[in-house]
Amino acid sequence: MSLNVDIQSKLGAFELDVQLRTKAGTTVVFGRSGSGKTSLINAIAGLTTPDQGRIAFRHTVLFDAQSGIHVPSHQRRIGYVFQNARLFPHLSVSQNLDFGARFAKEPLSVAERRQMIDTLGIEALLNRRIAALSGGEQQRVALGRALLSVPRLLLMDEPLAALDTARKQEILPYFERLHAQGGPPMIYVTHDMSEIVRLADNILVLRDGRSVVGGTVEDVLADPANVKLIGVQDAGALVQGIISGHEADGLSTIDLSAGQLHVPKIGAPVGAKVRMRIRAQDVILSVSEPKDLSSQNILRARITEIQTGEGPSVAIALRTGSDRLLARITRRALAQMQLEVGQEVWAVLKANAVPPSAIARSENNGVVA
Amino acid sequence: MLSAAELAIVALSLQIALLATVVCLPFAIATAWLLARKKFYGKPLLNIVVHLPLVLPPVVTGYALLILFGKQGPIGGMLETFLGITFAFRWTGAALAAGIMGFPLMVRAIRLGIEAVDKGLEDAAATLGASRSAVFLHVTLPLVTPALLAGTVLGFAKAMGEFGATITFVASIPGQTETLPSAIYTLLQVPGGEDAALRLILLSVAVSILALAVSEVLARRAARKVAGL
Repeated sequence: MSLNVDIQSKLGAFELDVQLRTKAGTTVVFGRSGSGKTSLINAIAGLTTPDQGRIAFRHTVLFDAQSGIHVPSHQRRIGYVFQNARLFPHLSVSQNLDFGARFAKEPLSVAERRQMIDTLGIEALLNRRIAALSGGEQQRVALGRALLSVPRLLLMDEPLAALDTARKQEILPYFERLHAQGGPPMIYVTHDMSEIVRLADNILVLRDGRSVVGGTVEDVLADPANVKLIGVQDAGALVQGIISGHEADGLSTIDLSAGQLHVPKIGAPVGAKVRMRIRAQDVILSVSEPKDLSSQNILRARITEIQTGEGPSVAIALRTGSDRLLARITRRALAQMQLEVGQEVWAVLKANAVPPSAIARSENNGVVA
Repeated sequence: MLSAAELAIVALSLQIALLATVVCLPFAIATAWLLARKKFYGKPLLNIVVHLPLVLPPVVTGYALLILFGKQGPIGGMLETFLGITFAFRWTGAALAAGIMGFPLMVRAIRLGIEAVDKGLEDAAATLGASRSAVFLHVTLPLVTPALLAGTVLGFAKAMGEFGATITFVASIPGQTETLPSAIYTLLQVPGGEDAALRLILLSVAVSILALAVSEVLARRAARKVAGL
């Protein structure tokens, strides 16, 4: 797919000015509440009309302010999973699921429909009324309803935000599976990092109605210049690895391109490829090889960039093998250690710094439970 | 039990009220939808015109109908000439009067219902491929069912009980325009007619209570359904 968005809108005091360009896979739109994420996808869905600009998907112009084109929502074939599900209360679960199918030009076959219902784990709910569903069940039905309308693109507006952590962990695998089984490309709005690690191929960061940074999720998260934008608590690079063992003491070993990590046990088999986020604030740097530390995770790394901002801390980009790391240390430590670009250091992180929620299988033939 | 004359009066009243309600309902839905959802020039004026029968003395409304829809009236004359429809002093005229008087009540109830429908559900339907008319038919209208029922019952009750505008417009001709209220009124004008009047009064109370009970049951069922239960 290729989605091209360049729109400007004025909604009272709020100004939206966003550029988005994606090709395939899942693009996460990330930003604080009020940054314009929902306004952006509402415009893509055709639920709102921007003042200026253009939206094109594949070879179709969906919106063009200059030539006055505005394809109505129902002709765009863009699915939308809303934050609060928005299931039709007067219909049963299966009537909700089939709502879009009657308008689809090429609805799914009976077998495909059954497969979808099976994947989402909602076969037991089919005859229920909507009020009898939990939040997580509602969201799964909403996802199925959107998919059964056979969309060319799927928009998701913080579909898990209204759910507690346990429910989120219960539903995320369905999204991952969908992603893996070649579902439609997705634009996924969230401000939750764990969803980004598990779902994102690309990321677009919005701030105050403007698109600030975009690119592959690996590049954007590994860039020290983006630490403040992502949020100092959340910032951290993604690293790739392969599970090489599950130990008796409850830790799993992951082989990286240069070194090993020991993390709390992961529910995926040995040999599985994983992607995990290592938060910048959990990485400690040492100029000499650390000994006698309680941490077992010590990686040899080279400094590639030092980003000093206005605050008391600095962001440091590191390379270890083919992986990138981010570390956040104080300005004072930087001065005392006399760190510079190109220098070899040791990066230390605690085992608990990489909780299971920050790890996802990157070859999506299965799911981390 | 009931005499043939009494039965005829009840049947005529029901016939008039039913016709008035059924014909008015689509117009009431359209008007309610316009007032609830659309912004347009002249909306306050439409709102006032719709509500006029509610606030004007019924006699005034009846007289206005006579002027407009009488045989010599601008609308009534045209309808008679081109379509052969006569309102003046006919049961259709009684239905027109009853419908006009009940119209604002129907519009008010349905409008409140439409305003209460979550627009987010309509947006969701649109993203699923439903055109605007399909959204209205499959989402908005079903969700408005309780209000629709309430409006219909109110309109029907008003039509059954309409007196002032009806008697001004179409008088009270037995077998032609004599409805329950006008029959009761006529009987009360005659010395010794109280007993006969009382029978009709009890009858009209019974019809009203029955209509209310039926609508209550239907409304409850619809409300449960719309709430997703």
